[in-house]
Amino acid sequence: MRDNDAPKKPNRPQLSLHVPEPPFRPGDTPDFSSLEIPPAGAAPKPDITATMAETEQLATGLIRVLDDEHKAVGPWDPKLDPDTLRKILRDMIVVRIFDDRMYRAQRQGKTSFYMKATGEEAVSTAAAAALDREDMNFPTYRQQGLLIARGYPLVEMMCQVYSNRGDKLNGRQLPVMYASKELGFFSVSGNLATQFPQAVGWAMASAIKGDSRIAMGWIGDGSTAEGDFHAGMTFASVYNAPVVLGIVNNQWAISSFSGIAGGERATFAQRAIGYGLPGLRVDGNDALAVYSVVRWAADRARSNNGPAVIEFFTYRASAHSTSDDPSGYRPADEAKAWPLGDPIERLKAHLIGIGEWDEERHQALEEECSAEVRSAQKEAERKGTLATTSIDFPHDVRTMFTDVYAEMPWHLKEEQDAMVAELEAKRR
Amino acid sequence: MNMIQALNSAHDVMLGRDSNVVAMGEDVGYFGGVFRVTEGLQKKYGKTRVFDTPIAENGIVATAIGMATYGLRPIAEIQFADYIYPAYDQIVSEAARIRYRTAGEWNVPMVIRSPYGGGIFGGQTHSQSPEALFTHVAGLKTVIPSNPYDAKGLLIAAIEDDDPVLFFEPKRIYNGPFNGFFDRPMVPWAKHQSSEVPDDYYKVPLGKAKVVREGTDVTVLAYGTMVHVCLATVEEMGIDAEVIDLRTLVPLDIETIEESVRKTGRCVVVHEATQTTGFGAELVALIEERCFYSLEAPVQRAAGFDTPYPHSLEWAYFPGPVRIGTAIRKTLED
Repeated sequence: MRDNDAPKKPNRPQLSLHVPEPPFRPGDTPDFSSLEIPPAGAAPKPDITATMAETEQLATGLIRVLDDEHKAVGPWDPKLDPDTLRKILRDMIVVRIFDDRMYRAQRQGKTSFYMKATGEEAVSTAAAAALDREDMNFPTYRQQGLLIARGYPLVEMMCQVYSNRGDKLNGRQLPVMYASKELGFFSVSGNLATQFPQAVGWAMASAIKGDSRIAMGWIGDGSTAEGDFHAGMTFASVYNAPVVLGIVNNQWAISSFSGIAGGERATFAQRAIGYGLPGLRVDGNDALAVYSVVRWAADRARSNNGPAVIEFFTYRASAHSTSDDPSGYRPADEAKAWPLGDPIERLKAHLIGIGEWDEERHQALEEECSAEVRSAQKEAERKGTLATTSIDFPHDVRTMFTDVYAEMPWHLKEEQDAMVAELEAKRR
Repeated sequence: MNMIQALNSAHDVMLGRDSNVVAMGEDVGYFGGVFRVTEGLQKKYGKTRVFDTPIAENGIVATAIGMATYGLRPIAEIQFADYIYPAYDQIVSEAARIRYRTAGEWNVPMVIRSPYGGGIFGGQTHSQSPEALFTHVAGLKTVIPSNPYDAKGLLIAAIEDDDPVLFFEPKRIYNGPFNGFFDRPMVPWAKHQSSEVPDDYYKVPLGKAKVVREGTDVTVLAYGTMVHVCLATVEEMGIDAEVIDLRTLVPLDIETIEESVRKTGRCVVVHEATQTTGFGAELVALIEERCFYSLEAPVQRAAGFDTPYPHSLEWAYFPGPVRIGTAIRKTLED
């Protein structure tokens, strides 16, 4: 569209602005046949001491282990024992069921907000299996799989989601913003990307102290546009920090597709190259490939060979959150058309293929996990759901003023007293 | 010691006492900082304890937060307070709230040091006083020393504090107690009593103001460079003023302020920062709420004008003896 007010210079080409547009919008038939998907097993596996230059092709390719027949092939096959595979499968199933129950609980008015990880369960659960239990994660809000895989009690998670009297965070945080020092899961922030350079700082500290623990920083494709992403990459590169830098590219940042974050011209893994770091692009719906790549990067970091960047190529099958309706910006069946399939189905088929699983056991496992989640939900709800009344609070209201500082200063004590008096007046 | 030597000594003492203390920032390592506050420390304590960082204030603060959550006590230098804004999100949304949002599971024992304030012909980008942007934030402490003795003792207390502390250093008085009479020769710290700084460990507690001049006519509240400007102004005017150096803005020593204002019945609040919604506004409100019936006259402010910091017009902008004197006279005449 020509702006008539624009100064006219007839001898020069008129400039135009490019605003990226996703391939499909509501009403379109999603067709990902033009998406380049290299065959499983094709990507080479370099040594963990490899330089950026030796890994460059891994930033544009796609590391895949499970082939179309669900066989594990190629050098990235982690050759995991069936028990570990079944553990990852179980963790993914628990995440999915947990998400569904909590999503419904929000719809029933039991809490304010929820965020599912549907379709991306392999990313966090297989990463958890590949990291050491002592390693520290700085997650985003879609890595609940890390907590579940590390055995955080579902009741505790649900109490957090309900902000009820069992919530150890005293109802201070929005649902899913969990924190567990014991399980190496740093407090989730709603301000995107802030955790990414913090992970680098934690890893630097570990190196300063001569520790052996590493950190993993997590970020989404959308928030790689933040300055904090750049700072994290720079500091990680400069100090050779023992950190794994994970970018979960699930294609969508609320309603903007990955192109709005700069994904049209280069892969997110390729961002690593400018910092001199290896960038590995991996099929995020292939639990074996996720495990293998995270393990490679973790081994690399742990042996002082420095940081690596991983792009987990996946698809956000559900809405961004309970406050979002994707039918307004993408085709309703786009998730079904996603060519890399469902991570649970793929691992299940693989286990069946190697004779370590069958439909009956799968169904039994699903029922077992479902019963576990239901029973946890019952127990959590005994401690209340999000109270929205004006004066019956689930937590001692005076806790509003604790933990602002180690010691409460006089002005907070005065405000605390004033609030107690205000509530007494309301009750009268 | 001058203020730079005192701050250097605080680093030295704490790096020596606590292996979890690290110092980091732009030009902080080999070179020892553009104001030389960390001079010689990398050589003494090694490159992993005192080091240079990339020019990325958000990265400096974010990685310091990560280190603090690991268990270190980082001292992060932001080369000029004017450069702190890229780190604002990390300070306000992260450092300030990590204790709260984790119900005490994690805390951020971090000090952000930053030279601030004008009087050095630094123009817009080397002269600002952004303290009120931080005193407004729940979970942060804000400390501003006015002399070498306090600078060392307060910095040690800040490093040992378990919460994030913004430590703003009035760079105009790094080398001497500038009194606002810019056309007179500067007095070095050596002639000032507070330049007697012990080499060893000591603390000046956070949250405690200091009455630097006792008086009965009017209370003058100030911090940083302005403490010296206020002292010189009241001496010049021959007024028996009580001058209080706040030293810590949050948490504020309200008792010392109240006691003084009840005694004098008059008060003037002074800071270099722009006046509108400056920290002075909070001080005036507190005094009005708590000492109204002791007041003989409205509380006056003398502050920086609400403009960007002008380079060549520095001495018209700076809240010097004339502006402070006018405010004092006004409250005394009312």
